[in-house]
Amino acid sequence: MINSIRLIFALSWRNLWRNKRRTLIILFAIILGVWAMIVTAAFMRGMVFQMLEDTVDNLAGHVQIHHPQYLDDPVIDNSFNPQSAAVSKLLQDPRIALSSTRIRLAAVIVSERESSGITMLGIDPAQESKVSFIGRSVVEGRFLDSTSDNGIVIGKALADKLQTRLGKRIVLMSQDINNEIADRGFRIVGIFDAPLDPTEKSFIFIAKDNAEKMLGLKNKASEIVLRLHNTDMVNSLVNDYAQFDKNIDVMSWLKAEPYLEMMIELMDSSMFIWYLIVFLAMAFGIINTLLMAVFERTREFGLFQALGQKPGFILFQVWLEAVLMIIVGLVIGNILSWLSVLATGDGIDVSVFARGMEMLNMSNIIPFVITFDDLIVANLTVAILGMLTGLYPAWRASRLVPAHAITRI
Amino acid sequence: MNTAWRFAWRNIWRNKRRTVLTMCAIGFGAALIVFSVGLQLGQYDLMISGSTRIFQGLIQVQKRGYLNDARMRNTIPDAQSLAKKIRHETAINDIAVRANGFALVSSKERTYGVAVIGVETQYESYVSIIPGLIKSGRYLSADNANEMVIGRSLAKNLKVKLGDELTILGSGRDGSIAAAVLPVTGVFESGSRELDRSMIQIPIKTFQETFSMQTHAHAIVLYHQNSALLEPIKSQLDGILMPMNENLVAVGWDQIQPGIKESIELDYSSGWFIYIILIAIITFSIMNTFLMSVLERTREFGIMLALGFKPLNIGKLVMMEALILTVFALTIGTLIGISVNYYFLINGLTFEGMEEIAAQYNMPATITPQISLESSLLGPVTILVFTLVAALYPALKIRKLKPVEAMRHL
Repeated sequence: MINSIRLIFALSWRNLWRNKRRTLIILFAIILGVWAMIVTAAFMRGMVFQMLEDTVDNLAGHVQIHHPQYLDDPVIDNSFNPQSAAVSKLLQDPRIALSSTRIRLAAVIVSERESSGITMLGIDPAQESKVSFIGRSVVEGRFLDSTSDNGIVIGKALADKLQTRLGKRIVLMSQDINNEIADRGFRIVGIFDAPLDPTEKSFIFIAKDNAEKMLGLKNKASEIVLRLHNTDMVNSLVNDYAQFDKNIDVMSWLKAEPYLEMMIELMDSSMFIWYLIVFLAMAFGIINTLLMAVFERTREFGLFQALGQKPGFILFQVWLEAVLMIIVGLVIGNILSWLSVLATGDGIDVSVFARGMEMLNMSNIIPFVITFDDLIVANLTVAILGMLTGLYPAWRASRLVPAHAITRI
Repeated sequence: MNTAWRFAWRNIWRNKRRTVLTMCAIGFGAALIVFSVGLQLGQYDLMISGSTRIFQGLIQVQKRGYLNDARMRNTIPDAQSLAKKIRHETAINDIAVRANGFALVSSKERTYGVAVIGVETQYESYVSIIPGLIKSGRYLSADNANEMVIGRSLAKNLKVKLGDELTILGSGRDGSIAAAVLPVTGVFESGSRELDRSMIQIPIKTFQETFSMQTHAHAIVLYHQNSALLEPIKSQLDGILMPMNENLVAVGWDQIQPGIKESIELDYSSGWFIYIILIAIITFSIMNTFLMSVLERTREFGIMLALGFKPLNIGKLVMMEALILTVFALTIGTLIGISVNYYFLINGLTFEGMEEIAAQYNMPATITPQISLESSLLGPVTILVFTLVAALYPALKIRKLKPVEAMRHL
């Protein structure tokens, strides 16, 4: 038994290479297909991965706590007490790694020359710098150093727009707790640089105590964002605290980005469709090549059968040729795609489309992310469908009638 | 010549199964690419019309530099008479003047910073859908009327209803304080969250008075539903503007909203990256077929050579076979692709989750594919080029055949 299997293997392998050029051409097609599957999947994963990273980094955190009405109407009235018993208890949860409490309201910033509508963030610099991008994005001057720092940190693009610079004074205006317009002057102590222009243009940072003084708030916050130890914990944490306290709403950051959530959901199925399409394109070639290989050996198969070889043996032998070819293609395709992903390093630079990427809220470097699941699905799709495809030429070969086959030239 | 074609036609049907399989591969590729290019182009049409139709227009005349630096001071003098002149000279009526400002608008309870747009009340509805989207009240009545329309979310946030007065506070063109108190006469709902939350419109003359603009404005907006006419209209406008005032320029939607344009380019080029890979895979399999059909006829070609055929003629014959086979399969595939596109053009294509993704681009949730020369032919022609290059290899091999050896070949 073992001997006959070894015989079949040897036969199939040698037959495969009887016409080198033909086998190599179809092998190229398979390798190219497998490479395209894995690399495209890695690119798409990388794109979504980058979107998620950017969003989390860009102030969203993993979980957000708001007043229940805040998202519909982000005004000063819809703030909550961040030191209430319920919130304090929630913040004790061991799944939470970091948190930042913010006053986050619409405001107008006025320089000597221009004015602009922005979102002001009253923050605790020590907390905030760990949770979002801002801690490592100040490129000129410094970040705020305490909760009572009198400075303001604004984005580079905003500074250009307002025609102002480091060290200048600007005035911030917003609505206070009594619905009056409150204003307060700040000196620009830092300029930050963000991957996306809109981020630079729309957010400014001031210390929490000053925001409270300016607006007449006491012990109130607009939002608390949390970073968890692990992204997988997001849903369980949000579910645990869904009906926790009627004064607060605990939400996964994905809920704020329905577009992203949908992208992630659609990704698996669209990737599988892509695999199928690539496979179909290869399948015609595989069948054709194997059929040719079978027909030119008609005499040989006839002789085999006349000598007493069972049709099953022939079927298995031809099928094995297909399988060996696919396995070789898969192995080389996998190695090549792995190498090409390695070669791109941190990712590919798509800054040619910078403003298009901005629309998608993404930065310009897209990393390739190969996941184990994608590898398995791609390889299994090709392997299983390839084996099924190989059955047809094998079946044709086994059905030859010996007497006819031998006499054919 | 005729004989040669007939020869080629018969030759490809000598091995029916192989030919059909090869044709399937080519046809499948053609149909798939025609369908998906049609889908992509249809989607882009929606993105472009979504971004131009709502508010921004296809082309805007602006002061040079305003595009990158939207300052109050960068204005077009005598904007309304210029607009009149452009309407007259281009015979395009869908043109309206706009002034753009920024101000704090306050109700009794709330204050928000918003974009204030001064519009030509009579013409605004030609360049934007917002005047048609008034959900309660009515749109602005005259260029000097004291009234305003605001977005639905803004009305909700400000807690105001029709007839309530709002205070506008900003700074004028000369740096002076701009202030006005105007009643809300209409509330619009554009579907774009951004616009509904952060824009108010007031009549152009009222704007000019409030913001000390005299007869200046910031943009002359032109709308045309056919975005392909962008360049011709733009150069026509430049022809009108240049002799008058060299500080004025016509800018297209692709410059006003470069994000849309670049995300279209990004999508189209990544689409073609995928198509080319697909075509390459198909080409490899076809190359095998061509190669085999030549190699198995070595004997036959040997005889033909011995009978006096030139290698060039045989090579031509092989290329003709490839051409016939490919064109035949491409025609069928393309027709299938176009029919699928046509089906979805009539019925619309949507899938689960489309709505959320479409909202990102202000698009409806159903895509209708585009049927055009580009969507129907670009893919098939690319496949044809690839396959003919693939057929060249076996065709050239024939030149190396030696008649006597070839005839001995089994």
